[in-house]
Amino acid sequence: MAEALLEVGGLMKRFGGRGSRRAGVQAVAEVDLTLARGETLGLVGESGCGKSTLSRLILSLIESDQGHVRIAGADFLTATKRQKRLMRRRIQIVFQDALSSLNPRMTAGVNIAEPMRLQGLGSTAERRAEARRLLELVGLQADDEHRYPHEFSGGQCQRIAIARALVLRPEIIVFDEAVSSLDVSIRAQILRLILDLQQRLGLSYIFISHDLGVVKRICDRIAVMYLGRIVEIGPADAVCRTPRHPYTEALLRAIPIADPRRMRVENLGLIEGDSVIAAKPGACAFEPRCPHRFAPCGVSRPQLVELGTGHRAACFLNDSPEQKRGS
Amino acid sequence: MNVVSHKAGEITLQVRGLTTRFGTPARGATVVDGVDLALRRGRTTALVGESGSGKSATALSIMGLIEPPGRIIAGEVLLDGEDLLKLDEREMTKVRGRRIGMIFQDPLTSLNPALSIGQQIAETILAHQDVSEAEAKQRAVELLTHVGVIDAARRVNDYPHHFSGGMRQRVLIATAISCQPQIIIADEPTTALDVTVQAKILRLLHDLQQEMHASLLLITHDLGVVASMADEVLVMYAGRIVERADVDSLFHRPRHPYTKALLACMAGIEDDRSRPLEPIEGTAPDLTDPPPGCRFAPRCPVAEDRCRKQDPRLLAASDSHAVACLLAQAGPAHG
Repeated sequence: MAEALLEVGGLMKRFGGRGSRRAGVQAVAEVDLTLARGETLGLVGESGCGKSTLSRLILSLIESDQGHVRIAGADFLTATKRQKRLMRRRIQIVFQDALSSLNPRMTAGVNIAEPMRLQGLGSTAERRAEARRLLELVGLQADDEHRYPHEFSGGQCQRIAIARALVLRPEIIVFDEAVSSLDVSIRAQILRLILDLQQRLGLSYIFISHDLGVVKRICDRIAVMYLGRIVEIGPADAVCRTPRHPYTEALLRAIPIADPRRMRVENLGLIEGDSVIAAKPGACAFEPRCPHRFAPCGVSRPQLVELGTGHRAACFLNDSPEQKRGS
Repeated sequence: MNVVSHKAGEITLQVRGLTTRFGTPARGATVVDGVDLALRRGRTTALVGESGSGKSATALSIMGLIEPPGRIIAGEVLLDGEDLLKLDEREMTKVRGRRIGMIFQDPLTSLNPALSIGQQIAETILAHQDVSEAEAKQRAVELLTHVGVIDAARRVNDYPHHFSGGMRQRVLIATAISCQPQIIIADEPTTALDVTVQAKILRLLHDLQQEMHASLLLITHDLGVVASMADEVLVMYAGRIVERADVDSLFHRPRHPYTKALLACMAGIEDDRSRPLEPIEGTAPDLTDPPPGCRFAPRCPVAEDRCRKQDPRLLAASDSHAVACLLAQAGPAHG
């Protein structure tokens, strides 16, 4: 295994709760992750599972309660302000809604070059040259630099946002539902661009999406989150073909397959409840909805256990597989 | 629920030459351009297309909900032989909700935040049926129970913000079926929902449609949803229907190059990573200035000169399959 470029350990984040009567929400709990150079890690889960919070913690856009985020060995969270500023160049993010993530009063060229200006890099002429170069790199024209965001289509705006993410020459890019609101034909264009850029520039990606189909297609590894925790992580094929957590299985069985001979609505997998169901403290978070739950699930929380090369899951069933057959 | 007195498969709603335009005659966009479709009793018809293809505008036109500067400039929408486009707003109000139930994508904006769920469902019932308020409220509880809202007798007094996205969609579905319409139009009903919630809502819609023996017009951009729900599929591109087929033919023997390209550019959960993603290059045409001939020709990998000159018509290749492509109509070489 290649050396980890990004290393996240014991990351915790709680929202609310302090001083108020409400319990607050443990948005991210005990998350450990690594990302190797040139690797794409997919982060999947349903709304509210904490995947976006996790990405913002990794980028140090919000403060964590506990844990560390190391980029090439240097701790992002304990770094001084100046060090942090330098480290930010190494990791960038692309958001879902490209149009609203761009400044509408700046031209495409100025939008793309803005991170350089904020970091005090290059002269005006150099920044402009860089923006023009990047516009071409992402499949637009250098002369598009003069146009404003509203003059571009959704897919083109996402290309501009990607160019802006590239301008500081980062090593890691986080894509947070970056293709989710695009039409399927445009989505494929942007996915291909993302893959091409990775090949050409040797980038590492964290790809956050609720769409397992897209994630499986472009990721080397997949991490599945449920209520703030990673419940399964492993090679993309292994996680999708032989899931070892009932939640991953439920997610996969709920996806309608585009083949009427193989999948009709009667075959869609249904699980009870939704993720707002509160789990018992100290128990498995998925226990209230799990079709395979048994004695230990409501009492203690399973840890992520290695089950095969790099494939880990947090489920007691993996200790006693007869339980699952019996249910 | 309904006593089934009609034959399965008979046509319940027939749309012919529906044409809807936004803007002025001189400058504007024809967003629905000569659409023909037929809904059948007990069947699900999926209308699939990308943003701006005109699929939602088609639904709004059928329900008489196109607002100025948009207007329907041609066509007919026949419900039991009666042309809905000839009805005035007062008459149309009696059709919407009673004979055609509607479900939209965003349940939060479709619900009134200041009224309880029960009041909103009862409102629809009271508008169309001669019942007392108490009866309407009781009916609301029954409907909520029917669509899977647990503890409905208590929850009927809750407000929309008390419900999760999936539960709100159930509330909308309860409203849509409250008068047992023959036709249900659902516009991207699961697009905003998580996949496990989507599965449940799709199952609910399917079960209700079967039970009520209603026609379901399902508008979606998701080919997975189409494959699992539809009996018949209409593919829309730039305001026109480019292909119509039974669901099996559409996925296994697509004939229009756009349909083929759509299927090829999907990233499916079952796909091998080694299969390259095949995007459709370019973007959909600007409908204020559409290209001559076939509207897909500028992006079509097999387009010939004549495609850019001659408008293809939607012609039946068999009983259950029609395509609007000069090349596919010419013979099997391209089809």
